Amino acid sequence: MYEPFHRTTDDMLRERPAPAATVGVIGWLRTNLFAGWINTALTLVTLYILWLAIPSFIGWAFIDAQLAGNDRFACTGDGACWAWLDQRINQFLYGFYPSEETWRVNIAFVLLFPALAPWLMENVPGDRYLRWFSVAYPVIATILLVGGFGLEVVQTDKFGGFMLNLTVGLAGIVLSLPIGIVLALGRQSRLPLIRWFSIIFIEAVRGVPLITLLFVSNIILPIFLPPDMALDSVIRVIVMVTAFASAYMAEVIRGGLQAIPKGQYEAAQAMGLNYSKAMRLIILPQALKISIPGIVNTFIGLFKDTTLVIVIGLFDILGIANAMVSNPDWLGLSTETYVVVALFFFSVCFSMSRYSIRLERRLDTDKR
Amino acid sequence: MSTPALNDKGEQFDVRRLLTDERSRGIVLQLAVLLAVALVIAFITSNTLANLQRAGLASGFGFLDDTAFFDINQKLIDYTSQSTFGRALVVGFLNTILVSALGIIAATLIGFSAGVLRLSPNWLISRVVTAYVEFTRNVPVLLQIIFWWATLTALPKVRDSLSLGDAAFLNNRGIRLPAPIFEPGMEWVIGAAVVGIVAAVILGRWARKRQDQTGQIFPSGWAGLGLIIGLPLIVYFLLGQPLEWDVPVRKRFNFQGGFNITPELIALWLALATYTGAFISEIVRSGILSVSRGQSEAAFALGLRSNQTMRMIVIPQALRVIIPPLTSQYLNLTKNSSLAVAIGYQDLVSIGGTILFQSGQTLEVVGIWMAVYLSLSLLTSAYMNWYNKRIALVER
Repeated sequence: MYEPFHRTTDDMLRERPAPAATVGVIGWLRTNLFAGWINTALTLVTLYILWLAIPSFIGWAFIDAQLAGNDRFACTGDGACWAWLDQRINQFLYGFYPSEETWRVNIAFVLLFPALAPWLMENVPGDRYLRWFSVAYPVIATILLVGGFGLEVVQTDKFGGFMLNLTVGLAGIVLSLPIGIVLALGRQSRLPLIRWFSIIFIEAVRGVPLITLLFVSNIILPIFLPPDMALDSVIRVIVMVTAFASAYMAEVIRGGLQAIPKGQYEAAQAMGLNYSKAMRLIILPQALKISIPGIVNTFIGLFKDTTLVIVIGLFDILGIANAMVSNPDWLGLSTETYVVVALFFFSVCFSMSRYSIRLERRLDTDKR
Repeated sequence: MSTPALNDKGEQFDVRRLLTDERSRGIVLQLAVLLAVALVIAFITSNTLANLQRAGLASGFGFLDDTAFFDINQKLIDYTSQSTFGRALVVGFLNTILVSALGIIAATLIGFSAGVLRLSPNWLISRVVTAYVEFTRNVPVLLQIIFWWATLTALPKVRDSLSLGDAAFLNNRGIRLPAPIFEPGMEWVIGAAVVGIVAAVILGRWARKRQDQTGQIFPSGWAGLGLIIGLPLIVYFLLGQPLEWDVPVRKRFNFQGGFNITPELIALWLALATYTGAFISEIVRSGILSVSRGQSEAAFALGLRSNQTMRMIVIPQALRVIIPPLTSQYLNLTKNSSLAVAIGYQDLVSIGGTILFQSGQTLEVVGIWMAVYLSLSLLTSAYMNWYNKRIALVER
């Protein structure tokens, strides 16, 4: 009988370790940084640029920087001049809001978080009560910011800085949400007149730059309204920003409506629900839920766009920065100022966009 | 007691039926909306007429023929302060198109390279590119425009211009570059370039046809490139190099010769290109990721090399996902170019603003703005629909 030749041992052969060049630090470096000569060259060039850029930036921003002083003449070194931060930070945050009343802005800002929590997070303790609180929040915030009910009245022309960006952005989003829902439903309506009005409004607003709409708010709205109905400039801006945002919001919500399976609509009809009940009880709760990431993204875009109010003469955080850069006391500090404002916007918008990505992932797994 | 009206089915007419019956309810609702819109329009029109009359303004576009009396330093066509408002608007429109076209080209290049590099296996590169994309995307573009403009106008004065190889000069008035002077014969070189492009297209068609029939591959890309570059180059040298450069020379107060690009144009262009480029890179990245891995594995299995796989398998499929959002980014860039008004680049909105305050013709100027941007956006969406239809045919 055929006996195959076997090489036998008593012990099992031990596996040998992977070649040293493919594991550990060296392996990681080889696969991730130095795979092939093109990659090696790219890595080396990038490292060289970083080597030039990072130490000089750190030196400029931190090591050689001047921290305190009353004007730019206090800054004598080569580094950045951060003295203005200490002097002007309140203007950057609150604009020309009376300094003894800024606590109201702070409270309105802090209350924003419990108002948003039930919509953006799950399993918030007591979220049924918080939802009622969020509905009341716009009223509370308006009273806090504008005054009345025993609080000293602050005219809206005192609004400015970051507080103005936040006010315009949030008011725009909150007000545009219901209008956007109506427009999105209108765009899908079977009634031709309503559908066409919605399409014309959405496309007309989305087709023009926000800046022209802001010009409209400044110079056309007064022409359109009777002279005794003059609105103040912040309210005019909020009106136009709301119109602008609701067109975008309508498209976001339309996306949500289209993502709802047809069976849901049919099931609602089969249950005998009429249009408004089907929408209110079945379709919109689902469509709005999957639209939340899109709504957050719209808000990020809108928040960045609130800087455009400087072209019609309001002083938001960028307007304050511009004013400071051309102020003789702080002339020539444009890099420092704009870098700080940019970092500020970056940290707000970046964290919101990370959050919306996380939200999107969570909602995605929900669906399956 | 009057007899209730009967409808066509002979039933008694009941007002409540208007709201419970679905069809009549639709009609009632639409009529209500129509009435509301008509009322709003009537309200606005009557106010507008009253307000205009009070201000003593005539409406209409007659003002476009009036003399402008203001100067424009950035212009593509002849314009003096004696030209008309209409011509000033055309200059502004061309400036919008100029910065948008430059921005779109640069943003596409930046976006595609950043999108591909972000997917690169090189850890360092993909991190650096991610940092660029995330930072630029999350900072308002207006801030970026103003930042670049402030940086460029803080450059040394004309006297201490930074020299780039003694041919170009950088100062707080922008960048001064050598201007090309076309001498007689240059038209032949340009003609040769056109012939080269046409020949390359024909060659490409022929090569594809031959490959379809025989399977033989002709390197039409390289040959076409040779035609497009080589042909004009040969003509250029044959005619004795009919191109001179007018190099700027430093004089006491300013430069002589060459041409100047204003810091406004550079700042706007740079900011729009890097901002939109970051968005485009995300589109490109998701487009490439949307092509399933099986496609490139199948291509490798068929024996295609990796650049062929990229060129013939992955990119054509990725483009389907990329093109529609890409065109809307182009539109966004064009709309964002209106932020020029913040730094004084004289585009359509900025010149329109000047005219608006000089002539008081608010409604007309705003109407022109809206009409221009709306038609640009309608053109874009028409193109997008056409493209979507075209690629839908290719799909099975």
